[in-house]
Amino acid sequence: MAGTAVRGRLSWQLGTVVELVDETPNARSIVLDLPDWTGHRPGQHVDVRLTADDGYRAQRSYSIASAPEDDHLVLTVERLPDGEVSPYLAGELVPGDMLELRGPIGGYFVWDAGTGGPVQMFAGGSGVVPFRAMLRHHAAVASTVPVRLLYSARRLGDVIYRDELTPSDEVDVRFTLTREWPDDWSGFRGRLDRALVEEVAWPVEDRPLVYICGPTGFVEAAAEAMVQLGHDPGRVKTERFGPSGG
Amino acid sequence: MEAELDALDGNAVGGLLFDVYGVEMTAATATCASCGDARALAEAVVYLQAPGTVLRCRHCGSVLLVVVERAGVACVDGRGVAVLT
Amino acid sequence: MSFVSRGFHGRPRREDVDPARIPPGQYVTADFPVLSAGPTPHTPLDRWTFQIDGEVDEPLSWSWSELQALPAETITVDIHCVTKWSKLGTSWRGVSIDTLLDGVDTTAEYVTATSDGGYTTNLPLEDVTGGKAWVAFEYGGEPLEPEHGGPARLLVPHLYFWKSAKWVRRLTLQLEDEPGFWESYGYHNYGDPWREQRYAGD
Repeated sequence: MAGTAVRGRLSWQLGTVVELVDETPNARSIVLDLPDWTGHRPGQHVDVRLTADDGYRAQRSYSIASAPEDDHLVLTVERLPDGEVSPYLAGELVPGDMLELRGPIGGYFVWDAGTGGPVQMFAGGSGVVPFRAMLRHHAAVASTVPVRLLYSARRLGDVIYRDELTPSDEVDVRFTLTREWPDDWSGFRGRLDRALVEEVAWPVEDRPLVYICGPTGFVEAAAEAMVQLGHDPGRVKTERFGPSGG
Repeated sequence: MEAELDALDGNAVGGLLFDVYGVEMTAATATCASCGDARALAEAVVYLQAPGTVLRCRHCGSVLLVVVERAGVACVDGRGVAVLT
Repeated sequence: MSFVSRGFHGRPRREDVDPARIPPGQYVTADFPVLSAGPTPHTPLDRWTFQIDGEVDEPLSWSWSELQALPAETITVDIHCVTKWSKLGTSWRGVSIDTLLDGVDTTAEYVTATSDGGYTTNLPLEDVTGGKAWVAFEYGGEPLEPEHGGPARLLVPHLYFWKSAKWVRRLTLQLEDEPGFWESYGYHNYGDPWREQRYAGD
């Protein structure tokens, strides 16, 4: 067991919605003011709990979209058509509403500048959310760790944080669109496969730390491709979001 | 084992595991008592929504852990894990 | 009370119901939640069999077509899940366990149902006989979908729905009661929704 860790309680806390940002037609960011928040590591998530007036409760996990250096905690929620919680968060909630959550949670799918690199990120649909936290942190501390991100989405209009995800000296960002693309699209087309992974990813000899987040099918495909190319499975970390996304 | 396309992984139950163990557990390595596969709990196949939360070995599908919540207290049965470090 | 999320109502509920039909602690849902402890099995029908074994003179076995050839019933029942949702007036079609046990002599008092994927649940024999249980293969007039237990599941509506084992393949008649999957993880051994027997000791 992790013997040196301190036993504690993960307490529920209340935050206030200060702003909502429509990132795409289906994804909305929720900016929160949380007086009892103690900070987080990029890649961690929170559990959000909704309670109806008859006591009925529903709970879901959402990756934190903000960096620890940001002023507010931000969550980005994709509205799932048959969802119970996401239509509320990405539809009903308005500034001034309170939200109950607990966190930060997670010690596996985390990266901060001290973790090292080079880093290879694969994001499928809303799986890009934890990478936003990582990249904002990377920029906030002026990290020199080289990063490559491949982001897969259905259409250009489904790309979350499009204006933020710009390449820099250390951060390379590539996109692949799987269902539709503009005629003049210069990015990749089609679902991620081994050939695409081989083209964009750090070579095996660079021993990248690999992070893959998105729907289960996407995660399995990317992880399988990296391992087949010869990357060390012990350096591949995965987070599966469920059926939706790119 | 062919994982359900709808199944999540151990990352999704980080909060629940914290409730049960009192510490962050998703990075802990669990050795499956059935097949010996050892990997982070974050990589277990997770079935939520049931009468309890079931974590299964990604390699062989055997049950690693079952968490049942009763009257607000989460109890874990970890008989499917040979070693947890 | 504790914090309430303004404007949150959860899954669609049915409000227009006779409270006498709702066991304690349940709410009535308009949809059909899918709950599972493991991956959905997919056994091809030409390999599917249903067996009755254990305390019987000879084990019995039916192929899919043999099961379909047996007299079947269409029934409408209310179902109650231990996770608190109830669904009223659900329509099923299946073969009564009484039909399957017709002519079978046994001194067994208990049965264990075993499903594809290894799920098990235990019941007293008298709770699956006398018109109380079926091997059901249609729901709402359509073939039972895999996510809801298809091609066939056990249907025992008078107990919490975890006893209605999805993907059922076998009933083993036993002299001794043996806790099944959820029973061995702390759920009630019998599971009567009207006495709110959710957990062991309730």
